[in-house]
Amino acid sequence: MSDKETLFSAKNRGLLLGPLSKDNPVLVQILGICSALAVTAKLEPAIVMALSVTAVTAFSNVILSLLRNTIPTRIRIIVQLVVVAALVIIVDQVLKAYAYEVSKQLSVFVGLIITNCIIMGRIEAFALANKPWPSLLDGIGNGLGYGLVLVIVAFFRELLGSGTLFGFKVIPQIFYDWGYQNNGLMILPPMALMLVGLIIWVHRAKNKDLIEQK
Amino acid sequence: MNFLRKYLDKQKPKFEKGGKLQKLHSVFTGFESFLFVPNRTTSSGCNIRDAIDLKRTMIIVVLALVPALLFGIFNVGFQHFKAIGTLADTGYIEMFFYGLWRVLPMIVVSYVVGLAIEFAAAQIRGHEINEGFLVSGLLIPMVMPVNAPLWMVGVSTAFAVIIGKEIFGGTGMNIWNPALLARAFFFFSYPSMISGDKVWIAGMPDGFSQATPLAEASQGIPATYDMASMFWGLIPGSIGETSTFCILLGAILLIATGIGSWKIMLSTFVGGYCMALLLAYTLPETNPYASITPISHLIMGGFAFGAVFMATDPVTSAQTERGKWIYGFILGVMAILIRTLNPGYPEGMMLAILLMNTFAPLIDWFVVQGNIKRRLKRAKQFQI
Repeated sequence: MSDKETLFSAKNRGLLLGPLSKDNPVLVQILGICSALAVTAKLEPAIVMALSVTAVTAFSNVILSLLRNTIPTRIRIIVQLVVVAALVIIVDQVLKAYAYEVSKQLSVFVGLIITNCIIMGRIEAFALANKPWPSLLDGIGNGLGYGLVLVIVAFFRELLGSGTLFGFKVIPQIFYDWGYQNNGLMILPPMALMLVGLIIWVHRAKNKDLIEQK
Repeated sequence: MNFLRKYLDKQKPKFEKGGKLQKLHSVFTGFESFLFVPNRTTSSGCNIRDAIDLKRTMIIVVLALVPALLFGIFNVGFQHFKAIGTLADTGYIEMFFYGLWRVLPMIVVSYVVGLAIEFAAAQIRGHEINEGFLVSGLLIPMVMPVNAPLWMVGVSTAFAVIIGKEIFGGTGMNIWNPALLARAFFFFSYPSMISGDKVWIAGMPDGFSQATPLAEASQGIPATYDMASMFWGLIPGSIGETSTFCILLGAILLIATGIGSWKIMLSTFVGGYCMALLLAYTLPETNPYASITPISHLIMGGFAFGAVFMATDPVTSAQTERGKWIYGFILGVMAILIRTLNPGYPEGMMLAILLMNTFAPLIDWFVVQGNIKRRLKRAKQFQI
């Protein structure tokens, strides 16, 4: 990469925007599914989770990109883990301080961000071979790509499962009087898996080049 | 019938390639083969043609379901008039028509929703329409409680057909039994409408509740119904599942025509009986099921219905002959196990069948591998 490259060159924009659709970590690479199932019953925790993961991917990418030439290859996983763990603890503490209720809802899943495959995947695949600025964009892009799926899934699960959005009732009472009922399956994790599957279906139908050849 | 044939022949060119209604080609062939045996011959390779095609298979299963369905309709009326206390003044015909009035809309909803999706999917993919849904569409209302709201039946059917069937490639490709998938969706989505004491009897007066025999057993309430009424079926329950007698009539038809596998049915009952027998001696006194005899386990709830009509589904059950024995036996064991030891799910048959559907390909794989190994060994014996 030449030094003259501008901050938002086409390539850098691709790093940021690619993971939102064509290179989406959840929809295309099928990473980070476990937490997508666990925290998407309601919109609010899903958004907080998306932001937390974005922060961790972005900062861990930058830090490891800065350190990349000083880390001996044989111990790089340990170094990565130390950085990611430190960031996760910071995120956890921030959430406990400023968003205690949500942090309680997310419970162990904040701590489990460290095991999120997307983070380690991006560090290994991108940050260790690229400069800090592209790494930052890549981290933010992947975090947002993950968050986008989380928010879509959580939107449908909360709307159909609880009849609310952000905790506010959006399905009018008259529907319930007519016999409408919230779908209990939407609250359960299997439905999140099916929703992710349906989103992948729609996504591939729109992007034909992602469909594998038989 | 001749005028119908002529009419169809006249309409045919419109639906062929280049015709006006070319897009609806599969709808036309669907209707045509529904009315007449198709006159096409196979065009490639070696094929074995059997008189028992998909259409005939399906229609025989539907016929086998008829006794249980008719009795279920009658039973809906019977339970209703019993609940409102006018049983003595009501004729059997009136009971039947009351039941019909309650059950027929559910059947219509299930068929309309399911067939609409199947037709749409066939048009989109350019497939032909299969008769597969004729059975599923009838099974779905039969495994539902009579008070299930129609829109919930519709949503469950849509879920089962789209997620359970079309995604995997349509008729013959599904992993799970579509009718049971519809019930499972219903069960987990709207639990209050499919369990408890208030949903099994149509048009119940306020404040009246009557548990099914299975629910009574699971709560340790002394049984209201004796063995005979559970066998003949005058008990509350899902529409089609109450009468073990009518289900056995259907089983005889399925076995006589060779459509349902007697191996699966028998091994399911044997598995259920063995497990129930084992539990009868080992369950602690505190478990409400401790006093239930093994035989009544088999005629309670959906066990018989599931064993005869659901477990034997030729698509989702094990295909190898030895695999069928294993599949059925574990199915029966699991059904009783879930029923007695898991207080969350009063009926284990549905979950047991879905579980075994998942494992059926694995069972087949091991049976086939075992066969290969045995034959290799034999071949090596004679090698010099």
